[in-house]
Amino acid sequence: MILENYIILSATLFCIGLYGLITAANIIRAFMSLEIIFNAINLNFVAFSNFMDGQEIKGQVISLFIIAIAAAEAAIGLALILTIYRNRQTTDTNNIDWLKW
Amino acid sequence: MDFSPEFILIFLEIFIIVTALGVVLSPKVLEAAFFLSGTLSGLAGIYILLNADFVAAAQIVVYVGAINVLIIFAIMLVQQQLNSETSSSGIKQLVQIIIPIFLFSIFIIVITSTNWPIQSTLATVETTQAIGKHLFTDYLLPFEVVSILLLLALIGAIVIARRDLVIEQKELTTYSTSQLSIESKD
Repeated sequence: MILENYIILSATLFCIGLYGLITAANIIRAFMSLEIIFNAINLNFVAFSNFMDGQEIKGQVISLFIIAIAAAEAAIGLALILTIYRNRQTTDTNNIDWLKW
Repeated sequence: MDFSPEFILIFLEIFIIVTALGVVLSPKVLEAAFFLSGTLSGLAGIYILLNADFVAAAQIVVYVGAINVLIIFAIMLVQQQLNSETSSSGIKQLVQIIIPIFLFSIFIIVITSTNWPIQSTLATVETTQAIGKHLFTDYLLPFEVVSILLLLALIGAIVIARRDLVIEQKELTTYSTSQLSIESKD
């Protein structure tokens, strides 16, 4: 029963992050919602590694890899946000339309 | 006063969900960043409850210490816009709310109807030792690949964020108008 507790928390976090990603008017807020989604996935890995693989905790190793990849994604994403702001003077997702047509 | 793990778990879950909703719904972006630090710290507490102390420490160091501070710096470097909430139509808002709720209900149905094969043996391993053994034996190749990926990502971030990447809007427009005039002469 307690494993379901953690997975339902993870599903809730995923859906909150998805809602934020859809509705965000600011690109930085969309970025933060993406971090919430990353953390929901990470929580799933750690929960399953504790309840199903208690001796060889391989899920925790995978979650460490995900944390490293999230750090790389954060560096690239924030560099992109700063470059977009420098070129367009805006972080509004409706005004970023270079690739639209 | 004695705190049972179940009580701490419920407290942390309520804290994480409330702060995550704060990230999504708070009107100011800087407040959202501070709410995000609350969410990440609460998840570190959840990891400790799951016997994952090393992952909890990495979560605090990398997420709260590095990524969240980086986000706050980006917010400070970007000028705060006036709140130009474009009043989206009713159908659009309805779809935006329905999609996550629909997904969430599917998740709940699947999670509660699945019979999870839970091991009864409690984890009594030293997590840091076990993770180190994995990282240097059977997960050695992914470990090296991740290190190269991090290096490439940091170099790429520096290249992207360099000053000389500003596109000269005026040059572009004058170029296109001169081209147009040449075409019209022909």
